[in-house]
Amino acid sequence: MPDKSAGSAVASQPEKKYPLPRLAKPKALAGTVYRGNVGMWSWVLHRITGVSIFFFLLVHILDSTLLRVSPEAYNAVIGTYKNPLMGLGEVVLVAAIGLHALNGLRVILVDFWAWGTKHQKLLQWIGLVLWIILLIGFVPRHLMNVFAE
Amino acid sequence: MTTPTIESPKAPVRTHRSRFNLEAFGWVFMRASGIVLVVLIFGHLFVNLMIGEGVKALDFAFVGGKFSDPFWMVWDTLLLWLALIHGANGMRTVINDYAHNRLVGVILKGFILVATIVLLVLGTLVIYTFDPCPAGSPADLLPSFCGTVG
Ligand code: HEM
Repeated sequence: MPDKSAGSAVASQPEKKYPLPRLAKPKALAGTVYRGNVGMWSWVLHRITGVSIFFFLLVHILDSTLLRVSPEAYNAVIGTYKNPLMGLGEVVLVAAIGLHALNGLRVILVDFWAWGTKHQKLLQWIGLVLWIILLIGFVPRHLMNVFAE
Repeated sequence: MTTPTIESPKAPVRTHRSRFNLEAFGWVFMRASGIVLVVLIFGHLFVNLMIGEGVKALDFAFVGGKFSDPFWMVWDTLLLWLALIHGANGMRTVINDYAHNRLVGVILKGFILVATIVLLVLGTLVIYTFDPCPAGSPADLLPSFCGTVG
């Protein structure tokens, strides 16, 4: 069969007609750091939260420069932090920082501590539990402040 | 006649350039600054959002009170520098990963670098030139220690 020779025809073949072989996940590597699974999502979230926090930080330093302009200017802008929509935004911000911080600490433990490398999956669950505790501590109190008159 | 010197073919090739490796330093810095930032950021969030009326209490007078205390000036200076440099170095990594066009990468990293330097200077100036009692401002907008004069 001429089609079997590699190259030209392969790209145009419909996927369903010639399903790709299912590769078994190599057992020895499963659960190792940075090879997919939960670790990959931790990395994706770490990256997304890191970039988002960076952009928030740029804005946050700029709003603080209004302290040198006048009390009125600063109060006007910081006042927007208190409206309910921004209040919810602050919940997202703290959740993102918490995720990034806890995952960052996990990465550090995995990098420097053999036990951490061995039990990195356990560390991930510990991080998740701490994150939930952080949010339980923060969210109700913050929302009470935001929605209090 | 001088005899030409021939280098020993067994002489080791010098591959080791310098002991200092910027990329490795960055790797350590991300981790060291990360640990310090945990304390600085959660302290910052706790004092500004959790104590008292939280976000509702934030205004010029509140910050004026904090920046009259050397403790918070140093705290916020460290927070400013470490968070910005940690974040900027992280952005550099992200840009290196995704910007396959060299020029685009250089432009994006240049933008991050300029923004970082400008904000470091601006932010530091704000902390150290801040006047909690600017003349001519209504007293009810100022920290209580300003008194009614001015
Ligand atoms: C709360 C304390 C923080 C900790 C413990 C922390 C920890 C870390 C660590 C360990 C890394 C390196 C990950 C790696 O090399 O694989 C990292 C990357 C990064 N961090 Fe942080 N960080 C913190 C706060 C911040 C803040 C405030 C920002 C933004 C201004 C930020 C932005 C970033 C970015 C953009 C990256 C690069 C992400 C990537 O390469 O995928 N981080 N962080």
